[in-house]
Amino acid sequence: MKTIRTPSVLWALPAAILIAGVLVYPALRALLLSFSHYGLSTAFETRFAGIDNFRRLLGDSRFHSSFAVTALFVAVSVVLEFFLGLGLALAASRLIRGQKIARTLLLIPWTLPTAVTGVLWAWILNDQFGILNYVLAKAGVLDQPIAWLAQPAPALASVIAVDVWKTVPFVFLILLAGLQSIPSELYEAIAVDGGGAWAAFRYVTWPHLVPFAFIALIFRIIQAFAIFDLVYVLTGGGPGGATETISVYAYQTTMRYLDFSYGATIAVALVAVLAVIAVTLRLVLREAE
Amino acid sequence: MKRRGIGATIASTVVAVFCVVAIAPLVWHGLSSLKTASEVSRIPPTIVPESPTLSNYEELFVRRPFGLYFLNSFVIASLATLLCLAVGSLAAYWLIRLPSRLRTILASGLLVLGFFPPIVFLFPLYELVQKAGAMNHPWALILPYAGLNLPLTIWLLAGYLQKIPRELEEAASIDGMTEFQTFRLILLPLAAPALATTGILVFIFCWNEFMFALTFMNLDSARTITVGSATLSGAFAYQLPWGLLAAGVVITALPLIVVVMLFQRRIVEGLTAGSLK
Repeated sequence: MKTIRTPSVLWALPAAILIAGVLVYPALRALLLSFSHYGLSTAFETRFAGIDNFRRLLGDSRFHSSFAVTALFVAVSVVLEFFLGLGLALAASRLIRGQKIARTLLLIPWTLPTAVTGVLWAWILNDQFGILNYVLAKAGVLDQPIAWLAQPAPALASVIAVDVWKTVPFVFLILLAGLQSIPSELYEAIAVDGGGAWAAFRYVTWPHLVPFAFIALIFRIIQAFAIFDLVYVLTGGGPGGATETISVYAYQTTMRYLDFSYGATIAVALVAVLAVIAVTLRLVLREAE
Repeated sequence: MKRRGIGATIASTVVAVFCVVAIAPLVWHGLSSLKTASEVSRIPPTIVPESPTLSNYEELFVRRPFGLYFLNSFVIASLATLLCLAVGSLAAYWLIRLPSRLRTILASGLLVLGFFPPIVFLFPLYELVQKAGAMNHPWALILPYAGLNLPLTIWLLAGYLQKIPRELEEAASIDGMTEFQTFRLILLPLAAPALATTGILVFIFCWNEFMFALTFMNLDSARTITVGSATLSGAFAYQLPWGLLAAGVVITALPLIVVVMLFQRRIVEGLTAGSLK
């Protein structure tokens, strides 16, 4: 019985206008720019560039470096976030009391603005005035202070650690929702069959958790690839480009060097990378099912 | 029985450690924001302020425009959220009534747009904002924020509206209600929980946004609080006023902490629903 017809398209018109103006047009404009020369060096005249910008990208060592930094950041931080989030979710699901307060406290780092998280940690990680070096020296771990943000490897490690601090709660909440959706009868059944804790995890918990794990991973991988705020505030991409990610390089190219078309090209390249990753993840997911 | 006891102890210890790590940096900043300039950079550091003072907060609100930053953020995030909910709920209502084939295509399209890295939109939007003469104007952020959050909003609201039985609408139409009356008087009130959940998430995202706010607002009087406190250190060439920075962090974080305390359940709901559909 179909008494309700499809409502008029007018319902979607405001959303369509907003999406077209704020998302679709800018994306197409960025794509167009990537095939043009436009910026300070052309005296702000637009010239057709063909694939010049993409050729330049292939030979641009700063782009290669930002790509490598981003990939390393994504790989390490997402793996850490996943396993810490999983451990935390498994622990929290066993709590009888205090789960609500734990969720509230753990949610706070995730809710803070990422840029402000950068300020927060910049002081803690400061080599002379930061509390971290003081605590580590006091505990006898360090003989002399480490300049966390002024040396290449510690700086990247710091960016990763702060990102992990901020995003473990997100992974945790998704996985906890997954754990709580598992009917407890299944655990009782496996206990009756004489299965131990490992069997319960292997045959009940993990199979139910796989779709949740995939969702958490897809979200995190895509967001981590676009990382901007944290790096911009915490290290500014330094020292010497050691923490410069693709988004930060694109921002600097656009807003500092005023090379609008090349900045857009870097952003378009980032989208292309994400598209490849999204398609690969889909194939993997389909395989898993 | 005994093993279960040990397991539970380990579990609560693990959760407690994570909670402490999550909160400690913020507590440290909260305490430090109450210290004097000399105490805050003292080695060895004090934990609890010796003579608590509000001078850092006074400096931010009296000598720096943090009150204005706060107001800017509040106005921009609130209006963007309202706009997003209004426009998004209309579109969600339309979307769930489409033939399933078309609906799937549009919903996937939304999802793809929602995953685009924001840096792609930055320069084209900057160009538009400049052409419109809207630099430093609240609408230069309100419209982009509403648009950027629309995919998520439509996605969440459509998922919820779909669960409301059609019979209600059929009854309303028999009673002579127009489509819009049905939507406004029957569906929206029923969808209030979903509107609240989505609204809270969108508000947090707008409050926290950094890149566009940094770029489209270059006058001090137009800044948002997130940009204001994240770029505060840039105003000082040599010795950084750590107590002041800590106070900035606390002011920016405080409204969010209140929101988390009040709406923890809703935020978790929205996050999990948003990612699981």
